[in-house]
Amino acid sequence: MTIQFNEETFRDDYSFRNSDWAIRRFPFPFHEDSYMYSVNMEQHQGGPEESVYEKRFDVDEHYVAEMQDRALVLAEDPLRCQSLPHMTLAGWDTLELIMVSKSEDSPDLFELHRDGDRWRWINKPMGIDHTFTFLDETTLPCGPLEYITRQAQGDFAVLDQRGDMLYMDAGMVTTQADWSLDFDIGMDFFEWHAPVPLANEMGIFKRALKFLLNVRQGSPARRLNWTMTVNPLLDTSPENYHKWGVQKSSLTPANIGAKQHLRVELQTFYRLPRSNGLLFPIRCYLIAFQDLVTIPKWGRRLHRVVRDLPEELADYKGFIANRPLMLDYLGQYDDGLPTSPGVWPDLETEPPLQT
Amino acid sequence: MSAAPQKTKAGAEKIDVTVSAVVPLNELVTRFEFRRTDGRPFPPFSAGAHTVVEMNDDGRTRLNPYSLMSDPADTSTYAISVRRDDQGRGGSLYLHTHVGVGDRLTLSYPVNLFPLDLRGRKHVFLAGGIGITPFMAMIAHLDRMGGAWELHYACRSKALGTYAEDLMQAHPTRAHVYYDDQNQRIALEDLLDGQPLGTHVYVCGPKGMIDWVHTTAAAHGWPDENVHSEEFLAPQPGTPFEVYLSRSDITIQVGESESLLEAIERCGVDAPFLCRGGACGQCETDVVEAEGTFEHRDHWLDDDEHASGKKIMPCVSRFDGKKLVLDR
Ligand code: HEM
Ligand code: FES
Repeated sequence: MTIQFNEETFRDDYSFRNSDWAIRRFPFPFHEDSYMYSVNMEQHQGGPEESVYEKRFDVDEHYVAEMQDRALVLAEDPLRCQSLPHMTLAGWDTLELIMVSKSEDSPDLFELHRDGDRWRWINKPMGIDHTFTFLDETTLPCGPLEYITRQAQGDFAVLDQRGDMLYMDAGMVTTQADWSLDFDIGMDFFEWHAPVPLANEMGIFKRALKFLLNVRQGSPARRLNWTMTVNPLLDTSPENYHKWGVQKSSLTPANIGAKQHLRVELQTFYRLPRSNGLLFPIRCYLIAFQDLVTIPKWGRRLHRVVRDLPEELADYKGFIANRPLMLDYLGQYDDGLPTSPGVWPDLETEPPLQT
Repeated sequence: MSAAPQKTKAGAEKIDVTVSAVVPLNELVTRFEFRRTDGRPFPPFSAGAHTVVEMNDDGRTRLNPYSLMSDPADTSTYAISVRRDDQGRGGSLYLHTHVGVGDRLTLSYPVNLFPLDLRGRKHVFLAGGIGITPFMAMIAHLDRMGGAWELHYACRSKALGTYAEDLMQAHPTRAHVYYDDQNQRIALEDLLDGQPLGTHVYVCGPKGMIDWVHTTAAAHGWPDENVHSEEFLAPQPGTPFEVYLSRSDITIQVGESESLLEAIERCGVDAPFLCRGGACGQCETDVVEAEGTFEHRDHWLDDDEHASGKKIMPCVSRFDGKKLVLDR
């Protein structure tokens, strides 16, 4: 299908909206009526047509607006994009991976023409037509990582792999769930995960790291993570907590359906061929509660998950204070009927809400 | 369970190739060059990576890892240099005696267990014999990126010095060759002492040489993380074995180059999985009965569980023995 790109904002007047198409393909993260951390990794080799899993880098109706928001964040805070000196090659790897994937997977939107090291990149939605020399930084307006991630939705952590450990040595991070690249830069896998409750004791990070160290070229992997965000904000960074933190107390029974968003990250893992680094794209999808409950199965299930989520997780994810308000709202969409297994909406088979 | 369930093969993707050149270099070593059979460019690789060559030797699958020694920037060709091993598992002998131009083989995607530390200010390479191969790619890479390096290469004799002459000619100040039969030895201690801060040392060669470099470097105060060696993890296949799946009531055969999980799926039995890499725990399966030894390769079960013989992760682990019955 041809995508109509939305004109919308993720700040000030918050005009962000999901179309019906975007609602139906939302990556709902709960495959059952409860949630706990797990090593929920699987291979990233496509998925059902039109789903967010289909392509290596999903492009949707929010693309152009998200890139405008990223440009605003960077203008205020250039440290959101950093790359330690030894990570330039990994930046080129990232540029190559994204350009090749997008031009192959979405040829109606992106084109890449390569003649040896002379590359011509055409990005139609953003009106870019640029010819440059691969591996020659002087032919780009900025570093390769910054160049390409100003044109790709989601955050990107670029990890160096040394001696059975991953280090966060580069990244572009403007749409994050309350963590900071500037703070984490140079840290290892266990250091940057230190704030996460319970998962370490459960052995999750040890196993996850071993899996990641073995991610092979040509065999990317993916997982989902989720949290809650009041107002459709992409930039919920610690740097700007003073701006968005207070908005969490603006929720009321009347506005919660529109203001409260489920925030889902589709995280993927790619081995980078030239640098042997690991690319970790973190793609953020937002959906307002009032849109989510239009899928009866999701309304039922989200109520149960939020209700039964361990305190530690609700606290870490930053919505423990608003949980009662959420449950009052979501409770209206839970009639107690069983839900079908799996994440899909199952609109044809799941009964409508019984009132 | 899975976000978007799908069946995909365990292990990395594979590349079908056609042999484009066979170049004997000396009595023992031959270079094999490959093109992709589908005519497309190869994926780029990082210097130090190896590929696993899959050969069909008279119905028997052979899987041998070899360092990619071609220029990583050249995506039209992959090349390996193979030393004939008359005693070994036979893969190298098969290549030397059976494989010629135009033959087709299957390669795994490149995997790098011997990467350059890209922070290094300078890279010192220590090669013994056929251990020269990963350094060929590293040198090509550093020459392109403008990195500092030097090579110290020990070989048995002039006649067996694979690439030695070429290297000395192309890099007269950086490549140093030592011939055993002329009693030339790498002066390792002096060499280690003279290096600037931020230098990394890489060794690839016989086990004795690797140990010598690690011990000497440690004794000279080198941090462990600045001394790298190629630890050649053999690929993951194993001997074929038979399994009885008690709930499905069928007996299945696990081939040498497929995983237990793949064999179960091939026989039409639905088995859970997520990561296919031994980390997520989804495929955990109860063992009903076993006579033999398990080859556990997962990161999910703990040591006690491995020792108990009561559980197996079929996405990566195998079994060698007379009888295995699984609750599946
Ligand atoms: C190299 C890839 C990865 C990077 C760069 C990364 C980065 C991060 C960061 C920055 C955080 C936020 C920590 C904070 O509060 O400051 C986080 C949270 C977390 N990570 Fe990772 N991570 C990676 C892979 C994984 C994997 C493979 C797992 C697997 C199970 C995982 C599990 C988690 C969990 C459970 C949380 C808490 C999230 C929440 O409850 O909202 N991470 N990660
Ligand atoms: S499928 Fe994940 S451990 Fe086997």
